[in-house]
Amino acid sequence: MLSALNFRVIVETLPQYWMGFLATLSISLAAFAGALLIGVIACALSIQPSRFLRTPAVVYIDVVRATPLLAQLYFLYFGLPSLGILMPELVVGVIALSLNSGAYVSEIIRSGINAIPVGQTEASASSGMSYWQQMRLIILPQALRPMVSPMIGQAIVLVKDSSLLSLISVFELTRVGQTLASERFMPVEGLATTAVCYLILYYGLKLMAAAWGRMYHPLASH
Amino acid sequence: MDLIFEQLVRIAQYYPVILKGIGITLGLSVIGIVGGCIAGFLLGIGRASTNKPLRAVIGLYTDIFRGTPVLIQVFVAFFVLPEFGIELTSFTAGAVALANLNACFVSEIVASGIRAVPRGQLEAASSSGLGRVQQMRLIVLPQAIKVVIPSLVGQFVLLVKDSSVVSAIGLFDLTRSGWVIVQSIPNGLLVFSMVGIGYFLICYPLLNLSRRLEKR
Repeated sequence: MLSALNFRVIVETLPQYWMGFLATLSISLAAFAGALLIGVIACALSIQPSRFLRTPAVVYIDVVRATPLLAQLYFLYFGLPSLGILMPELVVGVIALSLNSGAYVSEIIRSGINAIPVGQTEASASSGMSYWQQMRLIILPQALRPMVSPMIGQAIVLVKDSSLLSLISVFELTRVGQTLASERFMPVEGLATTAVCYLILYYGLKLMAAAWGRMYHPLASH
Repeated sequence: MDLIFEQLVRIAQYYPVILKGIGITLGLSVIGIVGGCIAGFLLGIGRASTNKPLRAVIGLYTDIFRGTPVLIQVFVAFFVLPEFGIELTSFTAGAVALANLNACFVSEIVASGIRAVPRGQLEAASSSGLGRVQQMRLIVLPQAIKVVIPSLVGQFVLLVKDSSVVSAIGLFDLTRSGWVIVQSIPNGLLVFSMVGIGYFLICYPLLNLSRRLEKR
């Protein structure tokens, strides 16, 4: 099978793949930053006792989790212009990715906070701490550490999901592979090289998760 | 407001397109879930076995598909397999890609469930004279399945949503039907809200089921 690959073409197009790789990386980083921001806000709202604050956050989280990213992407891509909002495809794509991942990030934060025993909250409340002091000094410092692995997992999902942006003609890795596949009639070379680029990102993030696991859970078996 | 109502009526007139889209999305999802579960359980049993080379090969195979976008995998099934003499229709290509992807995720879930069964159970089973297949079938799998069912249902939700990318190889699924309708009714918010409601009706009950099972 390897002999069937035209390596000359792959080497020739490596600069384009490098640009695509960088584009996917920056799109993912920007979207992950957005997702963290949205996730923190959505989570903070979703654990409020007031129904007025909680409901919009819960609806947002459930709607995102129960519909495909591609439908969300088209919703914004075809929908924003009908509201008279015109933005470059790249911006629409990053917003869609951030909104999508934000819901999952919010769930990760919430389960991290929920994992802290109620006694901790009670103890800090009876020491006279306010809600924000409890969160800032007692709950969050303990909740952050177990959140890291699932966050890296979400980053992996985000990198792969960013490939959908090629469908609204954003330049990134999948777009590069598609171009090579269709313009030079080399689907095997084009898609295989793209897949390898994604695997590099995947294993990079996986190694990060493993390193984190060794650092903070040295006794846990993997 | 009148305009929105008028557009809703026009969308409703597209009901054959929408029904066809829902049919394809459901069909692909069911094939992906059933096929993926069968293959995924077999892979998962191998992945949790004591055979080191087998474990490594399955691990590498599932990693390749878990580490690449589903869009690329659908393209590979549709554009690359023909280069090797395997011609698939767009529906078969989509179904194969989705079932294979689901198998890879199910494999990891099942393997983690099997590993969660205490070793003593196996020792007890083998000292009661059960063969290896019987141990797996009667002792290990029933306990493993109980542990992994919430994750499996969660994975099925992901699969239904992943099935939307088959629209990229021209398959007429629910997302594609929205894409077609929006060309003649230029209100993306309305059209894709309808598409979203379609997916929500399929996925939300599953999501809730997964949550309820997790709490038990």
